[in-house]
Amino acid sequence: MDIWVSILLTIATAATPLLIAAIGELVAERAGVLNLGVEGMMIMGAVGGFGAGYLTGSPWIGVLAAIVIGVLFSLLFAFMTLTLATNQVATGLSLTILGLGLSGMLGTSFVGLPGQRLPNLDIPGLTSLPVVGRLLFGQDPIFYLSIALVIAVTWFLFRSRTGLTMRAIGDSHTSAHALGISVIGYRYLAVMFGGACAGLAGAHLSLVYTPQWVENMSAGRGWIALALVVFASWRPWRVLAGAYIFGAIWIGQLHVQAIDLSSFASSSWFIYQPIALIKSLPSQFLSSLPYLATIVVLVLISRNKRLTMMNTPASLAQPFVPER
Amino acid sequence: MNLHEGAANLLEVRGLTKIFGSLKACDSIDLGIARGEIHALLGENGAGKSTLVKMLFGSLEPHSGEILWNGQPVRITSPGIAKKLGIGMVFQHFSLFEALTAAENIALSLNDGAPISTIAAKARALSYSYGLPLDPDALVGDLSVGERQRIEIIRCLLQTPDLIILDEPTSVLTPQEADKLFETLERLRSEGKSILYISHRLEEVKRMCDRATVLRHGKVVGHCNPREETASSLARMMVGSEVRAVERPPAEGMDKAESLLEIVNLNRKPATPFSIPLRNINLSVRAGEVVGIAGVAGNGQGEFFEAVSGEVLQQDKASVRIRGRQVGGLDITGRRLLGAAFVPEERLGHGAAPRMKLSENLLLSRHATDGKAFVGTAGMIDGKAIYSAAQRIIEVMDVRKSAPDPEAASLSGGNLQKFIVGRELDRKPSVMVVNQPTWGVDAGAAAHIRQALIELARNGSAVLVISQDLDELFEISDSIAVMHNGELSARIPIAEATYEKIGLLMGGAEPGHAATAHDAEPAEVA
Repeated sequence: MDIWVSILLTIATAATPLLIAAIGELVAERAGVLNLGVEGMMIMGAVGGFGAGYLTGSPWIGVLAAIVIGVLFSLLFAFMTLTLATNQVATGLSLTILGLGLSGMLGTSFVGLPGQRLPNLDIPGLTSLPVVGRLLFGQDPIFYLSIALVIAVTWFLFRSRTGLTMRAIGDSHTSAHALGISVIGYRYLAVMFGGACAGLAGAHLSLVYTPQWVENMSAGRGWIALALVVFASWRPWRVLAGAYIFGAIWIGQLHVQAIDLSSFASSSWFIYQPIALIKSLPSQFLSSLPYLATIVVLVLISRNKRLTMMNTPASLAQPFVPER
Repeated sequence: MNLHEGAANLLEVRGLTKIFGSLKACDSIDLGIARGEIHALLGENGAGKSTLVKMLFGSLEPHSGEILWNGQPVRITSPGIAKKLGIGMVFQHFSLFEALTAAENIALSLNDGAPISTIAAKARALSYSYGLPLDPDALVGDLSVGERQRIEIIRCLLQTPDLIILDEPTSVLTPQEADKLFETLERLRSEGKSILYISHRLEEVKRMCDRATVLRHGKVVGHCNPREETASSLARMMVGSEVRAVERPPAEGMDKAESLLEIVNLNRKPATPFSIPLRNINLSVRAGEVVGIAGVAGNGQGEFFEAVSGEVLQQDKASVRIRGRQVGGLDITGRRLLGAAFVPEERLGHGAAPRMKLSENLLLSRHATDGKAFVGTAGMIDGKAIYSAAQRIIEVMDVRKSAPDPEAASLSGGNLQKFIVGRELDRKPSVMVVNQPTWGVDAGAAAHIRQALIELARNGSAVLVISQDLDELFEISDSIAVMHNGELSARIPIAEATYEKIGLLMGGAEPGHAATAHDAEPAEVA
């Protein structure tokens, strides 16, 4: 039993940074801005969070610093793409490259240092409950925040007036402008929210997942988050599903790769043979499974064309220049 | 206009000027709108009407001049301020969000923070009280153009404006829908509201408007009472010269003429969730005649054009035939090589590449058919040849431009349309299919294009014209068929066609359609 609980816990830990970064990007894309700089904002959050946590001794200050750095980095993107109306794809890519390089430079002195870790939740009486105790009441704070974010963003986008305005801007910025809505202003906010989330996701990596600083430690998670948003057809709960499918298969294939086949030598043929078969697959194939499976699942659930059309922000990635 | 009169006006505009680059789009415009009047703003395309109303609604900032509202000078720097003053606007190019519901669209322009359900109920009540029934929960992407316009009007009325600006409101309506709109406008006038009515349809201006201001090349060229004018005197004021009437010599020997374009049992599944399926369309166009296809926008005309032109291939190769050949499986170049030519509805981005020169745009649609003339040795483009061909078209079609070979996007809509139609006419195609030949084109240019299409037909080509403009179809067609909800009616010879008959078909008055039914049941939701 315990092994399953700890597998579930590792899955949640693997899924959380993807989920947070993707939810932030989802809001930005709903407002019509494609920010390919998620990876860069995330790694900047990771190095900033680690550094601030290490220097102050408080992982909480680390988290806060990561969010602030994420926002500042996203402001750079917003200024370029919204105020100066540069190409969003190129600007996002350069933001990622900049983030990866800058974080590596800033983080040279942090390499190998022991980091701060955000403590897990511990509620006397509840956390020690069998099975569900650690799953529900014993995880890190950012995990709870990620679930709260999905609920909050869903409510915001589909229930609140401001969220409606955001979606409208993503659907047609020219129409929104004609109505007197400040397209640029709303988009700044959406991009900054995306930056805050990416920074927070980075903090999760360097303050929870592996509490230390390693260069390039985001390891492509920003890109996965971006893909999740698209394949989840811009709907928050599907992003959650996608992040957890990815996390589950990611952890699953790690376990499979680590299995020692000889320990099953005495098991029945029905257990031994399938494990032997999986072990015989190239490890590269196993490593690519999370990506493949996530895409397949999300493509399957987004087959309803009409729903996909309704949810796709029609003005995504188009620069907006109001005529005056 | 003296000062005393000006003080009584709801809106008074003095010396309003807007400059784009070197172009004076509006050149010290004076305009006064009294309370409770319907004031027409007349002018050809590019005369500055849209620029003027955009300044009144705060979407554009004037360079100079002043605006008085209730006698007080005001600066309208954003649509929000215009709305606060009491100015509402119904846009020509709808400012709606397709992926949202009608109620959500309305909520977006009201800043009162009321829940969507309250707004939906208010919108529903108001829409029925004005006889413009509206389903607030419908997705805008699913609605017809007429229904979309209702949303715009209701959205505008919910803000209880004193002045309502309508930009070309009837260009997308059936005659019956337009009548309904006129009733609404007259009721609004009787409630003391002022209306600024922009149109190029002179008959409706004569019928409804109390006063008219005429613009030409960005300047006010006259004020008049449209009821005392004739349609041709109004047209003369707009254009500045006599508009040549289109002549349609009778088509002769039609029974014996060969069918050049045939559509046989054409079916098409909807390509996107918001598009219309085509159902069993049959039509044949013979050499020498012009056939018009009428219909309210969004009833499958776009889908039909794509299928006929070869932008979308047909499974059933026999469903489209050009000069007897089955071409359902041929792409647009293949069909052009058989002597067909196509002019799509959207000028910029579809009919022409906006940032390319006219000569380059010429090559884009004719590289295959006129390859020998335009492409020289080793596949190099013969710049001189395309340039001189472009100049020939510019001359024949009287395209007005600012440079010898300008970018397509720099031309006004009407002039670009003349070029795009001229580009195909220049080939003397045996089959010509045109979608909205004069949409948004001024009277002079429209007459030119229409005459050219008739002449092409009389010289032995088959011409198929898809248009929402009934006046145009009556002017040029030898027979008219009506498209509604993806189905095409039988052809009605022009001698038997009346506005009423065509209008009823446009509204879906054939058996099996219920489109007019929901207009007739306002009591249903009370």
